[in-house]
Amino acid sequence: MHIVVNGAPLQVPAGTSVAAALAQQTPGTTRTSVTGEARAPLCGMGVCHECRVRIHGRTRLACQTVCTEGMSIHTDVGTAPGSATS
Amino acid sequence: MQHTDVLVIGAGIVGAACAHALTQAGLSVRVIDARLGGATAAGMGHLVVMDDNPAELALSQTSLDLWHAWAPHMDAGCAFTACGTLWLAANDAELQAAHNKRSTLQAHGIACEMLDATALARAEPALRPGLAGALKVQGDSVVYAPRAAQWLLDQAAAQGHLIFEQAEATHIDGHTVTLRDGSQRSAGAIVLASGIQAPQLCPGLPLRPKKGHLVITDRYPGTVRHQLVELGYITSAHHSDGTSVAFNVQPRPTGQLLIGSSREFDTTDPAVNNAVMARMLQRALDYLPGLADLNAIRTWTGFRAATPDSLPLIGAHPEHPHLWLAVGHEGLGATTAPATAQLLAAQITGGTPAIDPTPYAPARFAGLNTP
Ligand SMILES: Cc1cc2nc3c(=O)[nH]c(=O)nc-3n(C[C@H](O)[C@H](O)[C@H](O)COP(=O)(O)OP(=O)(O)OC[C@H]3O[C@@H](n4cnc5c(N)ncnc54)[C@H](O)[C@@H]3O)c2cc1C
Ligand code: FES
Repeated sequence: MHIVVNGAPLQVPAGTSVAAALAQQTPGTTRTSVTGEARAPLCGMGVCHECRVRIHGRTRLACQTVCTEGMSIHTDVGTAPGSATS
Repeated sequence: MQHTDVLVIGAGIVGAACAHALTQAGLSVRVIDARLGGATAAGMGHLVVMDDNPAELALSQTSLDLWHAWAPHMDAGCAFTACGTLWLAANDAELQAAHNKRSTLQAHGIACEMLDATALARAEPALRPGLAGALKVQGDSVVYAPRAAQWLLDQAAAQGHLIFEQAEATHIDGHTVTLRDGSQRSAGAIVLASGIQAPQLCPGLPLRPKKGHLVITDRYPGTVRHQLVELGYITSAHHSDGTSVAFNVQPRPTGQLLIGSSREFDTTDPAVNNAVMARMLQRALDYLPGLADLNAIRTWTGFRAATPDSLPLIGAHPEHPHLWLAVGHEGLGATTAPATAQLLAAQITGGTPAIDPTPYAPARFAGLNTP
């Protein structure tokens, strides 16, 4: 199955979570903290919210979201004003 | 056993402010806190002038003045933001209430102004159309209360004589407090500022837990600019004995939105109650429809310590002159901690209080048992 991460195509097996897909690439990070630090999935079970990414314009938890064909994922949540929605 | 002038039990915002005021008055102070997790870490930290009655107004106005005096010295972690409050009027009746509130506040020299429907829409474009207007109270602010409590303790330690111990008090007897490990601490005066847990050390205090829910969103900077509170809040928050919700949204400096509020008696269960949470969020959507598209990242609850007349207990325990109470601040303790501390310190040192202490005197309640 084909997905797109920050504009770059990536191939993943069906059933892969977005968190697992991101882990296949460097740097494997998800969002940016208030103080500008990179963040990556931590708990893997929907609790810590460190894995927030932007999927088709909405903020989603990468560890709780399964990749679908053509899914476009952006790891820019928190990097710019309003970025959580845009 | 090292003796101090005062021993403060509890280092929430109220105990920390008391420790700060007492060291400023030149007394040596020991603070003990069991880090049980109190209201200070759970609350919203809205610093708001409330005028339900003259005593509440005096305490909150005096406190706001102190917060503004401290603000330039507080660290960034305290997140002090002078965002002001917009009291939202949904209809003509609430608009009249806004006008009345303006008259009361202005009579006390508090800066505020009316916004008509157009000005309100310009000030807060995310609000639903059709609101009647709002009262803007410029000086109201926001603080991150747990960090502010730590800042007050740090100030006290830097400028005066302060000892902090992480420990749980299990018994008060005269000038002596016994800790969980059996050791004892003595002081000339004991200040009880242990929030909703205070009746465990001092049975008979008229405190009832009032549960509240909060939700915080991801970062959406600029969505909301002022703390937004519905004027219906005044009636729903204080006069109902059942579960009530009211629209109350705060912009955090991070761009997050903190969403309240709910009030629920007769439960001590800290679990999030989804039915109450749903009602609270529905109320929020009535005012900010765009919230539906935003992500919430955390939900939690906390307990306010409510008294029968909604005013805190500040002053001497009627039967123990060396036991001083600073409890029962309900949903306003982040706001009113500074004036509470000033009032209590003046009474302990025999100074002249800045405001009349009578309305807050614990002796107004009959039947306060000896600890
Ligand atoms: C949901 C919610 C929203 C709120 N929003 C606002 C708001 O917007 N604005 C506002 O002004 N107020 C607000 N409040 C109210 C405010 O948070 C409280 O009034 C205030 O925090 C009370 O502070 P405190 O120091 O009295 O109590 P706490 O913060 O509860 O502190 C008590 C401390 O005592 C310690 N302790 C208890 N027992 C012992 C013991 N035996 N030995 C040693 N230590 C002990 C605890 O560990 C704790 O640290 C809100 C409250 C809630 C629950
Ligand atoms: S990794 Fe913790 S919520 Fe996704």
